[in-house]
Amino acid sequence: MFSTYLLAREAVMPEGLSTRCGRLDARRFAVYRNNVGVGLTRALERRYPLVMRLVGEDFFRGMARAYVDVERPTSPVLLTYGSGFPAFVAGFEPARSVPYLSDIARLEDAMASAFHSRDAGLLTMDALAAVPPERLGTARLTPHPAARLVSSAFPIGTIFANHQAEPVRPVEHWVAEAVLITRPDIRCELTVLPAWDVAFAAALLNGAPLGEAAMAAADEPTFDFGRALTALIRLGAFSDDAPIIKENDDA
Amino acid sequence: MALPVAAGLGLKPDHVDTILKTRPALGFFEVHAENYMGEGGLPHRQLAAIAEPYPLSLHGVGLSIGGEGDLDRDHLKRLRHLIERYRPASFSEHLAWSTHDSEFFNDLLPLPYTPETLDRVARHVAETQEAVGTRMLLENPSTYLIFAESTIEEIDFLAAISDRTGCGLLLDVNNVMVSAVNHRLDPFAYIDRFPMEKVGEIHLAGYDETEDEAGERLLIDAHASPVLPDVFALYSHMLDRAGPLPTLVEWDNDVPEFPALYAEAKKVEAALARARLASSEAAISRSAA
Repeated sequence: MFSTYLLAREAVMPEGLSTRCGRLDARRFAVYRNNVGVGLTRALERRYPLVMRLVGEDFFRGMARAYVDVERPTSPVLLTYGSGFPAFVAGFEPARSVPYLSDIARLEDAMASAFHSRDAGLLTMDALAAVPPERLGTARLTPHPAARLVSSAFPIGTIFANHQAEPVRPVEHWVAEAVLITRPDIRCELTVLPAWDVAFAAALLNGAPLGEAAMAAADEPTFDFGRALTALIRLGAFSDDAPIIKENDDA
Repeated sequence: MALPVAAGLGLKPDHVDTILKTRPALGFFEVHAENYMGEGGLPHRQLAAIAEPYPLSLHGVGLSIGGEGDLDRDHLKRLRHLIERYRPASFSEHLAWSTHDSEFFNDLLPLPYTPETLDRVARHVAETQEAVGTRMLLENPSTYLIFAESTIEEIDFLAAISDRTGCGLLLDVNNVMVSAVNHRLDPFAYIDRFPMEKVGEIHLAGYDETEDEAGERLLIDAHASPVLPDVFALYSHMLDRAGPLPTLVEWDNDVPEFPALYAEAKKVEAALARARLASSEAAISRSAA
């Protein structure tokens, strides 16, 4: 069958194909095979540009091709292809020397999905102010469709930021970072959250009520509920759906 | 639903700001449908802004109309949704396949031309038109190999599908050149035999060139360069025969800055202007006779 030969590494081709003079010609079939391989690796190059910069084009293409061999698109919408790439990179032996590579891939995957996510307005401070203070703890905010939180043991936000201009600046503080992706207008914005706000932000983006999210940050002595919530709202982490308040939640 | 008889260009996200600021004199913009199947964000904002001043051509590259399996119902829904949202002046797809056993190959792959495949493709075209709610154009492919089992000429195959389903045809002149050179056929004879009355749009593009195992010319449909002189000569021949038609310049890889792309469209517009003049002169001399 034609399709089984398209992703073969060897220069083999299916039977029943011909040229006008009746010859088999593997180089002609290779045009199709090349189109398929290059097309899919290009989709990965578009989704993971920083991963490619970090390891170089040749290494990236080899890694991408190895991924294409194990995970092919199941949809003609290639905008969604390659979400399994970060996990693949994490287990890709030759990339071991760059331990933060798969976390950078997770960040870029989250950015790609945020870029294409549904449009929605942003929660305003006024909308939050309309919640009765005694109900604030039970209120749930709706995460903005583009909001994503990517946590890493490595300084992925700083690595990303430092690669946005030439020359690339070295990372000064090699620490864990959690990056909040938001799309307040149309462009994705990346913000490295203060470490003490991460548990709070993660809980809210998982749909936890404000009180429960604040409890998640209880171990952080520097956590400030009002300041943290205001910062997340201003960054565009929540959509303009009215905060959901459970009327008879007396827990 | 028809494109204006003028030159059009493929829309590139990096060009949108320039286009909206300078409002170049172009007949239409074409987009690949699959690039606008995300839920929201910048692509849709850009397309909505372009669709206000310009007619759109929606060009699908992933429906796999030539595939053995059933059409992807979800994909048809996505296409219908885009058509309802942006009201394009034209919707087109390819005589090719790209999905097999629900695996998507991201290329326009060839099919044999037989009575059986003709039935299947005609059924798929009819289903598509029904599902998306509009007539479509079907594009001739560029091919690198032929199937030994083929018994029908490509032109007859396309004409039969159009006859059976009422679909129009999209004539890609670069594909004609690529396939003709690759299969040692006469591209001018192909144009002369093509059912031009069914054609709703022309595509032009640049090809790459290499050699096959026998050391013979092998052209590759690359969309990575200007339209080459032999393809433009073939296009001029087509215009002489059929008169002016909506014409797209495709340039999808190694895309230059917008002015270089626009220069290509202006060459096409000049050829269209000559063809308009020629056909109006012909009409005058007919009415005088």
